[in-house]
Amino acid sequence: MILRPADEQELCETVRAAASAGTRLSLEGGGSKVSMGRPVDDCRTLSLGAFSGIADYDPPELVLTAGAATPLSQIESALAENNQMLAFEPFDLAPILGGEPGVTTIGGVVASGLAGSQRLVHGGVRDHLLGFRAVSGRGDAFVAGGKVVKNVTGYDLSKLMCGSWGRLAALMEVTLKVLPRPASQATLIARDLDPRAAWASFARLLGSQAEIAAAAHFPPGTLEDHAISAVRLQGFAPSVDARAAMVERIGSAEGYRRADASVATGIWASLRDLSVLPRNPAMWRVSLPARQAPDFLEAFAPGDVRWVMDWAGGLIWLSTDRPAEMVRTAAQRCNGHAMLLRASADIRRAVPTLHTQPDALARLEERVRRAFDPASVFETGRF
Amino acid sequence: MSLKMPEPDEGVIARRAEIAAALRAIVGEDNVIDSPTGLRPYESDGLTAYRQVPLLVVLPETTAQVSRILAWCSEQGIKVVPRGSGTSLSGGALPLEDAVLLGLGKFNRVLEVDYEDRLAVVQPGVTNLAITKAVEDAGFYYAPDPSSQIACSIGGNVAENSGGVHCLKYGLTTNNVLGAELVLMDGEVVRVGGRTLDASGLDLLGVVVGSEGLVGVVTEVTVRLLPKPEAARAMLIGFPSVEEAGHCVADVIASGIIPAGMEMMDRPAIHAAEAFVKVGYPLDVEALLIVELDGVAAECTHLLEEVEAIAGRHGAVGIRVSTTEEERNAFWAGRKAAFPAVGRLAPDYYCMDGTIPRRQLPRVLKRMGELSEHYGLGVANVFHAGDGNLHPLILYDANKPGELDRAEEFGNDILRLCVEVGGVLTGEHGVGVEKRDLMPEMFGEDDLKQQQRVKCAFDPDLLLNPGKVFPTLHRCAELGRMHVHHGKVPFPDIPRF
Repeated sequence: MILRPADEQELCETVRAAASAGTRLSLEGGGSKVSMGRPVDDCRTLSLGAFSGIADYDPPELVLTAGAATPLSQIESALAENNQMLAFEPFDLAPILGGEPGVTTIGGVVASGLAGSQRLVHGGVRDHLLGFRAVSGRGDAFVAGGKVVKNVTGYDLSKLMCGSWGRLAALMEVTLKVLPRPASQATLIARDLDPRAAWASFARLLGSQAEIAAAAHFPPGTLEDHAISAVRLQGFAPSVDARAAMVERIGSAEGYRRADASVATGIWASLRDLSVLPRNPAMWRVSLPARQAPDFLEAFAPGDVRWVMDWAGGLIWLSTDRPAEMVRTAAQRCNGHAMLLRASADIRRAVPTLHTQPDALARLEERVRRAFDPASVFETGRF
Repeated sequence: MSLKMPEPDEGVIARRAEIAAALRAIVGEDNVIDSPTGLRPYESDGLTAYRQVPLLVVLPETTAQVSRILAWCSEQGIKVVPRGSGTSLSGGALPLEDAVLLGLGKFNRVLEVDYEDRLAVVQPGVTNLAITKAVEDAGFYYAPDPSSQIACSIGGNVAENSGGVHCLKYGLTTNNVLGAELVLMDGEVVRVGGRTLDASGLDLLGVVVGSEGLVGVVTEVTVRLLPKPEAARAMLIGFPSVEEAGHCVADVIASGIIPAGMEMMDRPAIHAAEAFVKVGYPLDVEALLIVELDGVAAECTHLLEEVEAIAGRHGAVGIRVSTTEEERNAFWAGRKAAFPAVGRLAPDYYCMDGTIPRRQLPRVLKRMGELSEHYGLGVANVFHAGDGNLHPLILYDANKPGELDRAEEFGNDILRLCVEVGGVLTGEHGVGVEKRDLMPEMFGEDDLKQQQRVKCAFDPDLLLNPGKVFPTLHRCAELGRMHVHHGKVPFPDIPRF
């Protein structure tokens, strides 16, 4: 039976009782990511569903506070009404994992720490979480950070919560920095570049004054028969037009041209649902220094992997039947790391979701986790 | 001085010569300073109200030396205070009588620049401005720009999570670093973050940035570089009231514009700055806004018109737009010289750093005026208006008995007010010793304990920079204690610190 504490006090008591009884708790918001991680059965699911709703949102302050279980869709529509956005482009894993889109909660977005294409220049979830309220593994409620956009008071525990996968504390409330939604955007594309040429063109454009907001590359056979390299510009219309002309000039050798709006929409949507990649093989998310993306891809025989490249090369979404060991070794050789997103239960039982850290760092991480959760209440073994 | 620091360990002080010898064996004869005249320059940082000559100063040159120093001090139970350039405004590098002051000034090299992946690997003693200087010929820069950027080190910026006038658009230090090499108190060297955008495990880099020298010593930093914008234009806008200036700021942001910088000064600050640098600030206004817009030329032109129209709706007087780079720099000159300018109004000033929700500005300024009267001390305000970060400068004379104490009380009242209206104690200067005892105004006991438990994960013996940030330093063993039910600890198999 799922535990459903109704308020902060019940949540504290539930966690304390679990710590005392030796029960492990798997935290759940919208449940959109239940099929991620190692399958575990000796733990209780703790729903944070009671902590839902937008508590405070004053658009000119650029700050929004909401319950952790508030659906992302609800937050995005409140922001859209005020021409604002979460600039990190929250990443909804549901379409990849086979669930319903929009179920994911803002707490789930924070706990996974996954951001979309704009992360390249706008920063990730970590750069937009200003503060939070949570219950630690000791069953103590605590706050960290603040509710204003600029704050260095005390330790920045918000950073630790982003990408903690429910292993530090049960989130009740989050405060996020929000930004104006761009008035206009444009996408420019070039065809037939190989990964190295695509990376080089992205590097040149990102080093220019064109203020690229996102840059992605699709090999032949994903979006169309040709390889497609795409860069996105956004901002006020006169600025976007001037910068589009700049991209056409700087990217003339590659033939960058402005794409139709419908083509552009399709390109960026495909990086949100990854519908261009096959679902059956294991799916990985590889984060690495952009310049090493081509080296990473060359580690595989062409027929062995299907992939798309985002963040100008810094992120590769990969579908492959090749062994986990091979993917992780290739990522590590390129100074990167690989997260297992989607795989059969058998693979997930054998392969950890998160990349293993070097020893000294792993020990430090372990001590930091115990600082929040000394009795390992939240260590279900899933991540 | 009302500040209470941890009781010095007389036993350690008595061992001074022996400690100097041990450290000289690691770093060489010349890299340990222990003469009274040599130690004097290290007695304070940018918060000069507090002074303490350190036990001795050690100036290592390599990560291996830092590791050996920390490991040795850790074994011997000797406290260590790390220091960059010593420009902290919160006393983050204030020495202790019984602690080794570890200076990172010799770590002054830019190790690598990668323009294609837009990053630089630098040693912590490199100054903030030197990073930009190293890459500007290629058209790049490092975005965070604290006012002390000519002197402050990137290692200090990491420790304090420093900001600057451009951080609403470009972020603080934490948003502009990718990785760091960190030496823990036991001498272990770890790398947090790297050259990827995402951390592979917990975002430890995120908690190292802004940890004020309490969790480890940073010996290398990887920073992000940005291409220099094609154009930057600044506007000077005068307002008949602070309220109208505040409404103008809110409307600019509500209209979807995030200026590169948006600074406000009140009447006393305007007058002081103008008298100091004579750049033509209007003297007949109650508030002055400097709005800087950057990007491609077409964007600047477009946004200048938009901001001008918004300002016009709020009773702006005397709008001036920079037409040349010299003029833009002149607009900023007064603001950037505001601290020394205000410094001419009184023998001493005390700079505060709270952040408030911008909508609370009129209420906060009104109350600040009342407090100024109550304490009989003048105050001038400069304000990062875009992000609500206030810098009230309290004027006093340390030679007059009681004025320093009154200035501190006044400052504390301002910070309490910031918290009361929904803001925070410090927007960019850090807690240090200055705001340490005010932490309970903003955080409850459980909140502070949770932060300190994270500190304990890095430095279980509390030897790194003690007396900073936390008003009460609990022993880590005490913090690690769990509730015990029916005489048994849950999960006895799990290691605890």
